[in-house]
Amino acid sequence: MLRYRLLGQVYGYFSIRQLSSKVPNKPTWTPVDSSKLPQVKEISRELVDHLERLSLVEFSNEEGLKRLNDAIQSANQLYIVNTDGVEPLDTVLEDRSLYLRKDEVTEGNCKEEILSNASITEEDFFVAPPGNIPLKKTDKEYKGKLK
Amino acid sequence: MAAVRKGPVVCKFCERLHRSYPQAHLLQRRLISDTASSSEWKSVVGLEIHAQIATSSKLFSGAATKFGEPINSQVSPFDAALPGTLPVLNKECVKAGILTALALGCTVNRMSKFDRKHYFYADLPAGYQITQQRQPLAHSGHVDYVHYRSMKGQTDTAETRSCRLIQLQLEQDSGKSLHDAEDQQSLIDLNRAGVGLMELVTQPDLTDGEDAASFVKELQLILRTIGTCDGKMQEGSLRVDANISVHKPGEPFGVRTEVKNINSFRNVSKAIDFEIQRQVKILESGGSVENETRSFDAETNETVPMRDKEKLLDYRFMPEPNLPPLYVYNNESVPPGADTDRIVVLEKVREGLRELPGEKRQRIQEQYSIPLRSASLLVSEEGLLEVFEELVKDGAHDMKSVLRVLLHDYLGVLRKHDYTVAQCPIKMDAIGDVCDLVAAQEIIPASVYKMMCELAEKPELSVKEIVDRDNLRLIQDRKLIEQVIFEVLESEPKVLKKLRKANSKGNGLVLKPLLGPVQQRLDQRGNHVIITEIAQEILKKML
Repeated sequence: MLRYRLLGQVYGYFSIRQLSSKVPNKPTWTPVDSSKLPQVKEISRELVDHLERLSLVEFSNEEGLKRLNDAIQSANQLYIVNTDGVEPLDTVLEDRSLYLRKDEVTEGNCKEEILSNASITEEDFFVAPPGNIPLKKTDKEYKGKLK
Repeated sequence: MAAVRKGPVVCKFCERLHRSYPQAHLLQRRLISDTASSSEWKSVVGLEIHAQIATSSKLFSGAATKFGEPINSQVSPFDAALPGTLPVLNKECVKAGILTALALGCTVNRMSKFDRKHYFYADLPAGYQITQQRQPLAHSGHVDYVHYRSMKGQTDTAETRSCRLIQLQLEQDSGKSLHDAEDQQSLIDLNRAGVGLMELVTQPDLTDGEDAASFVKELQLILRTIGTCDGKMQEGSLRVDANISVHKPGEPFGVRTEVKNINSFRNVSKAIDFEIQRQVKILESGGSVENETRSFDAETNETVPMRDKEKLLDYRFMPEPNLPPLYVYNNESVPPGADTDRIVVLEKVREGLRELPGEKRQRIQEQYSIPLRSASLLVSEEGLLEVFEELVKDGAHDMKSVLRVLLHDYLGVLRKHDYTVAQCPIKMDAIGDVCDLVAAQEIIPASVYKMMCELAEKPELSVKEIVDRDNLRLIQDRKLIEQVIFEVLESEPKVLKKLRKANSKGNGLVLKPLLGPVQQRLDQRGNHVIITEIAQEILKKML
């Protein structure tokens, strides 16, 4: 039930059309008491380094950290949802059977088009920086203020 | 001497079940006791094997999968991770995965799921690999493999061992990177990106490099037999990662290291043994092993830490949202009205199973009463068993001679020319003729290989022509042989002296000092059995 309720909310925002009898006509929600949510822990410099490395996104500035903080707070709302006995939903297509394709070569042989997306090529290769893309080690101004 | 016992035996060294008595295992431990002089170390090895699925198109796209095609010519928009493209699963990849699972005794999951494994590398354009982490295609299972141990002065011993599997999963291969150190850049070819892989994960049941290599050989043979992977390690269609640790008996497993992308049998063996010794050395000198990924350098025979090891590896696995779960049906559970072209039914896949190498070995061991070693060699080369069975059919040729000729000389010719059995031009009749000559002891044993080589180059020659031309027949003339023996005894007093000395010890009749000089005078063409017989008669009277 819970799954369908959440789904209903999503569809409720974006579509007036009733997609399924299981989707409620009107969105319903209860406001979340933010005082009941776990507090967002202080973000350490190591964590920022780690997340930057994993995401390859540089965000160690005031605005970036505020966004991260907000995102964690938003995600923390999930703590108050009772999910006892509810299987996780992987995909809304989980009741559909997976379409299987015949083993036939139908694509490829389009080197020029594929390579036209690359900014640098060499002898038909894509050119990339060596190995894993290293984040610059130099400390950013804001990072210095973090613990 | 260890008594030969029948039935499965628990080995006291590795605590695993063996089909035959693990005499060879006594020496198996030599490697570790050599390196660890003061105390015994146990090494534990588990493998992850990536086998490219032999299909014409990729796992999720319709691009081709051929090896060695022009750079970036087999890339679809999906393989290049262009926005808006979606994965469409290749039915043959699923069937190949299931067939492999069945051949390895795995349990096929009725429902399996795909996951995204995230990491940033230039040969992985999407930033994630689609794999099966939570619910793989199949789990459990085992591989029974033949392990040889060559011992000094003895023929190899063979035994059957077993290694359990944890799971079999489908996943995408990555592209290939060529690292250009000079210009500080990587060159990326996406032809391989998205080719279907079966990843097989074993339990840590293996003990060392040779053990692991024997396992991989058997796996390669099984995959080739059922045709789900071509098993060409040199082309990278079968790649091995090894997890290795050492510990003292009775203690928990040690910290493991992973050696990545080993691409030949020899390197599997070398890389693992090097890593075991490296870890033992560290621990013996009071250090500790670091959990890290290493790679094997085939030129120096060493494992080295990989350049970009990420200490805090986090693949951020998540369910693949673009692929619903994969269902595998059996005859009863096929949903009514289902399009049979679009679903996979277990029983249908099972029909693709053939007689597996292990079954072949067992059958011919029983049918022809031949040892495991011979059976294993016959099975290990595609088509060789068929040649053997043809030659011994209805007792056409002597079986021992057929085995000798096939396993020593014929296999040697195949290796020399890098032929498969099907490619080898030597005619079946010619092999039969050679076998007959060997059986009748009419031909110089050392000349068989040379003759087979010539037959491979000039298949139009007949065996008789070569034998007559090169005078390869053994000297069977008893009178002549007797005469030569007397000549040696009369003209070479040293030989007689040696014979007297050797036979004075009361260890039975010793002929050895005589045989060499006699063969020398006979141009190495004397029939060994006849010489021995006559020499025995003469010496008994003389000494």
